[in-house]
Amino acid sequence: MPLLEIRDLCISYYTRAGEIPAVVDFSLVLKAGESVGLVGESGCGKSTVAMGIMQYLGNNGGIVSGSIKFKGRELTTLGGEELRRLRGSEIAMVYQEPMAALNPSLTIASQLMEVPMVHERVTQSEARERALKLLADVHLPDPERIMAAYPHQLSGGQQQRVVIAMALLSNPSLLLLDEPTTALDVTVEAGIVELIAELSRKFGTALLYISHNLSLMLETCDRVCVMYSGEVIEEGAVDSIFTWPKHPYTHGLFSCIPLPDADKNTRPLVPIRGQLPLPHERPPGCNFGPRCDFFKQGLCDAQDIAIEPVTVGKDADHCVRCIRWNDIDPSDAITVGPSKQAVAVGDIVLEVKGMQKYYEVDDRSIRALISGGGKRYVKANEALDFSARRGETVAIVGESGCGKSTFAKVLMGLETATGGEIRLDGINIGEMPVRERSAKQLASLQMVFQNPNDTLNPSHTIGSQISRVIRKFGVESDRAKVAERMLRLLDLVKLPRDFAFRRPRQLSSGQKQRVGIARAFAGNPSMVIADEPVSALDVSVAAAVTELLMDIQREHKTTLLFISHDLSVVRYLADRIVVMYLGRIMERGTTAEVFNPPYHPYTEALLSAVPIADPKIEKRHIVLEGAPPSALDPPKGCPFHTRCPRKVGAICEQERPPERAAGEGHVIACHIPLEELRGVEPVIRTAC
Amino acid sequence: MVVFILRRLGFMVLTMVVVSLLLFLLLEISPGNVATKVLGPYSSEEQRTLWLAAHGYFEPLHVRYFSWLGNFATGDFGESIRFKVPVSEVLWPRLANTAILGLATFAIMIPLSLVLGILAGMREGSKLDRAISVTSIATTSVPEFASAVFLSAIFVFWLKLLPGTSGMTEGFSIKQLILPVMVLVLYDFGYVARMTRASMAEVMTTAYIRTAVLKGLPYKQVILKHALRNALITPFTVIMLQINWLLSGVIVVEFFFAYKGFGALLLEASLNQDIFLIEACAMVAVFVAVATQAIADIGYTYLNPRIRFA
Amino acid sequence: MTETAMRAPSHQAALLRALTSFALLRESWVGMVGAGIVAFWIVVAILAPLISPFEPNAILQPFAKPGTEFAEGGTFWLGTDQIGRDILSRIFWGSRTVLFYAPLATFSAYVVGILMGLAAGYQRGWVDEVLSRIGDIILSFPVLVLYIIVIATIGASGVNIIIAITFSSAPGIMRIVRGLVLDLRNRDYVAAAQTRGESSWRIMLVEILPNARGPLIVDACLRLGYVIITIGVLGFLGLGLPPPDPDWGGMINEARAIALAFPHMTVFPCIAISSLILGFNLLADGLREISLRD
Repeated sequence: MPLLEIRDLCISYYTRAGEIPAVVDFSLVLKAGESVGLVGESGCGKSTVAMGIMQYLGNNGGIVSGSIKFKGRELTTLGGEELRRLRGSEIAMVYQEPMAALNPSLTIASQLMEVPMVHERVTQSEARERALKLLADVHLPDPERIMAAYPHQLSGGQQQRVVIAMALLSNPSLLLLDEPTTALDVTVEAGIVELIAELSRKFGTALLYISHNLSLMLETCDRVCVMYSGEVIEEGAVDSIFTWPKHPYTHGLFSCIPLPDADKNTRPLVPIRGQLPLPHERPPGCNFGPRCDFFKQGLCDAQDIAIEPVTVGKDADHCVRCIRWNDIDPSDAITVGPSKQAVAVGDIVLEVKGMQKYYEVDDRSIRALISGGGKRYVKANEALDFSARRGETVAIVGESGCGKSTFAKVLMGLETATGGEIRLDGINIGEMPVRERSAKQLASLQMVFQNPNDTLNPSHTIGSQISRVIRKFGVESDRAKVAERMLRLLDLVKLPRDFAFRRPRQLSSGQKQRVGIARAFAGNPSMVIADEPVSALDVSVAAAVTELLMDIQREHKTTLLFISHDLSVVRYLADRIVVMYLGRIMERGTTAEVFNPPYHPYTEALLSAVPIADPKIEKRHIVLEGAPPSALDPPKGCPFHTRCPRKVGAICEQERPPERAAGEGHVIACHIPLEELRGVEPVIRTAC
Repeated sequence: MVVFILRRLGFMVLTMVVVSLLLFLLLEISPGNVATKVLGPYSSEEQRTLWLAAHGYFEPLHVRYFSWLGNFATGDFGESIRFKVPVSEVLWPRLANTAILGLATFAIMIPLSLVLGILAGMREGSKLDRAISVTSIATTSVPEFASAVFLSAIFVFWLKLLPGTSGMTEGFSIKQLILPVMVLVLYDFGYVARMTRASMAEVMTTAYIRTAVLKGLPYKQVILKHALRNALITPFTVIMLQINWLLSGVIVVEFFFAYKGFGALLLEASLNQDIFLIEACAMVAVFVAVATQAIADIGYTYLNPRIRFA
Repeated sequence: MTETAMRAPSHQAALLRALTSFALLRESWVGMVGAGIVAFWIVVAILAPLISPFEPNAILQPFAKPGTEFAEGGTFWLGTDQIGRDILSRIFWGSRTVLFYAPLATFSAYVVGILMGLAAGYQRGWVDEVLSRIGDIILSFPVLVLYIIVIATIGASGVNIIIAITFSSAPGIMRIVRGLVLDLRNRDYVAAAQTRGESSWRIMLVEILPNARGPLIVDACLRLGYVIITIGVLGFLGLGLPPPDPDWGGMINEARAIALAFPHMTVFPCIAISSLILGFNLLADGLREISLRD
């Protein structure tokens, strides 16, 4: 008997607009100890499935039909009390936002101990013992201290480990993980992923792993279900799906992911055209039809399409929901876009020399008042040195809190530097706040922002927002000419002209981001800063926006400063890379230099932490301990020494590492001699 | 935390000083006015000048202010014009009467509003929630003077159950306290209940309540252990600030029912331009308001571990 | 494309949005009831001269019970007061007073409060510190005590009431606006405006303020209710608008001494004022419900 058996499950939400089917005909069989991944873009219904299993769909959600059997018991008809006994003891869950999932006003101890106390009626002291043991099992240092802490006193990674410990306290046979690492930094994510795999082996727990990240599936799951618009469109063993994706959508997803062999000039990404249909506007027949290159009228849109088994490769465990799967070979589709002309790199546009930015913080503790030292400094940026040339793409990479966004703010004049120089076209703008800059300077340096829902003012139309920029920068002043230029900018970002009259909430995330790009290019900038422009977008949309940005940059020969935490994207589009950690540059060089030995140990760990959606690629596993220290109290010596797996010794704790030139323009700040770093094996290797 | 409390108390003192200055400027900026108010409109110019000289009114303004402040701080409020006795002799008994009224109101209002608010917020959108919400909107829409009129019409004029005035001329009487307390509770509970409801409803939608439910905890434990702790932080501050509102309500109610309390005294003093009594009453009112606010702020930080252990 | 062709749709869109807001209100029956009550009183105020059976200040027949026929024709539907004025007519005319002063005072408080809130929330630093402290001090004063002292000292008049309400309400509005601005100023579109060199006032008024309108509209409805209460209380305490023009609070004050013998003189004005406040409060609740849904 399978552990979990879901048959033809349909879940709907009931809103003022009517019934919205979130999940349609979902079937899944999960054996004990097995791990299955549920992957898809936002709005595909993957999280709804998890909540359906938990029978927790809120006031407006409900199961329309189908069955969910857990160990042979039907969950959909279970009474409240039986359901309660099941939740948390047999089926447990780990959530996306660990901070939000923990009660802010209760200690970790009381939140952990109540689980066995409620489900197994154990005594207080036994519950305490078990909680301590599990905290040790999830590799949290000093469990006693963690027990006494409140959630906000722990880091994000620690919080998620506590949530995992809480889920495992009653030794459940099924663990649901809903995007458990999405809110975490990439090096922390790597640790959590490894922990989950380790624990599921150790406790024999079956996993249902929900994620938008296809790459993570490879490292965590035995089998994968790919969902699209409420349906499973492809399902099978991980290797089979990753090697022979049969559904055009799955295949399209892989072409959207910047794999290590992708390159912006020779092997550009191929975005999926169009956008995800809204739940109440799904097309007849195949939901993916309108976006599919293999769409055949009268066939694909004629009837509902069933999911059926396919035989590919050596595996028979592979199903696909495509009526034409036998006639088509998705790999016939273009997997590599037409190669594009590389931009000729020109003169130096931006030069950063010894730039630093300190924030003053008032220390209001009694000790500080008594000793009189009320001021402390957050060193957000320290001794930054790098340059960018015309037409070049320079990426700044680092995890949250590394100071990359602070640098962007200083560059834009929203903050001023506390030391050093930032020269744009030869003029030092580091200490020039935005109101002291001329219109020309402002126009020549523009920014694309991260959050698509925040980048446009919801109260004004798209057209008026773009027109304002055009007038403000003095590009045009005549009304008709402004309008004409605005419309041409919409053409530039491939949006229909009548979007000018729309308001931001009528646009999808990708479209908003396009408008953001149009706005940045309105004043013919010589340099554009893009602060994580695609990290909030779905994979297929992100690929399209990335390509658009690259095309416009190519055409205008603009310098692009690309700020990102995502090494895959950076490898794909950057010419040169700056790796930052705690406000300092750890390594900088060309993309090829940074991604190959000699590495800075931090770069090495970062590379290893990024999941790659290609089973042919082998990776060395390097998992960093702990979380980045606070910028308020940075470690002495090398900022990375507290987590560095290659720490040499006391010298790392006491002395700033020297900047060693490993090549022309390739600099590594580390105490380890270059020869030794050169001897390090590459992190990524393609298996033959 | 200690630093925070000290800062908060410091701000409280600062507020009191600023308010006293404003009050002083408003009421005593022109000595001629003061003399007219104290000695009455029919006093002669000569009498007024004599009085002003005797009470140091020809000193510079800042000297006058500081000596006035000094007297105040030592509890010397001057003499009431209307009652012809030292202000403190009328003030404290009146304040005690109002304290009784206030305590009785709070003793009923707090449990009532918290229970209703929690019941409504527990299941947002339920019939019970709608009923409680609409009721509390309706009761807060009826100002105290109107509900005093309605309740008197019902209980005094029509049913003849309760006395229409609460002068308590023949000693303390519970029966005379019922209507004033009823009016105050009726107006005030709705606001606290709505705040509690909003806070509770918000907590019920948080991810940590979902965690608690999906941990398989019994519903009672989810509410009592996980929800209430967080949901009651806001109502606590609201209740403390409600004391401020109550002061306003007390004026209306005491005036309407002729209850011999602090509110009626303040009003009487204002209407009769009893200048020293106004000053004393205003400073007491401000002290109560500022002190409750300080307690609310300190209590809020104490109840919220995110701030307490920051 | 011509200018008119470009503009027309945005006007239509604005009209459409206004219509959909009304349509949305229909989905909250609480809000609809509130809007109905408010609309009723607005109509009454406008038509007061046409629908009032008698002159509001005419002295006709004292102590008439509700429903009494007047010798010279007509009926005192709600009776007359102690000096013989028709209560229904005075209530109708009194709605003009309250619906004139309450919105005016609220509006004036909003103008001051919004400007203070924008400055405090957007400029931060010492501006914020000073404005917030001033606000805290005013807010720490029990409102009614403040009114009584101020109005008893400077005298009761329409303008003074508006000034007193502005003075005491503006800090509360400032707090709300400041809170909203502190959130909105960190939005990327504000950063975008800053990086194209917009002036602070333009950012505050054009980029930030329109996005704070939702909560402010709800608050304005609630606050209108409170202002009506305040005006009523001042009238009731004898500190309201000077007689003889009809004012609901004043009517209750005048009849207070004989209220137990002639409840009709106080009960009907109380119903009038309570219903109007209820209307604004229900409207606010409906608007909030709708704004939370989207």
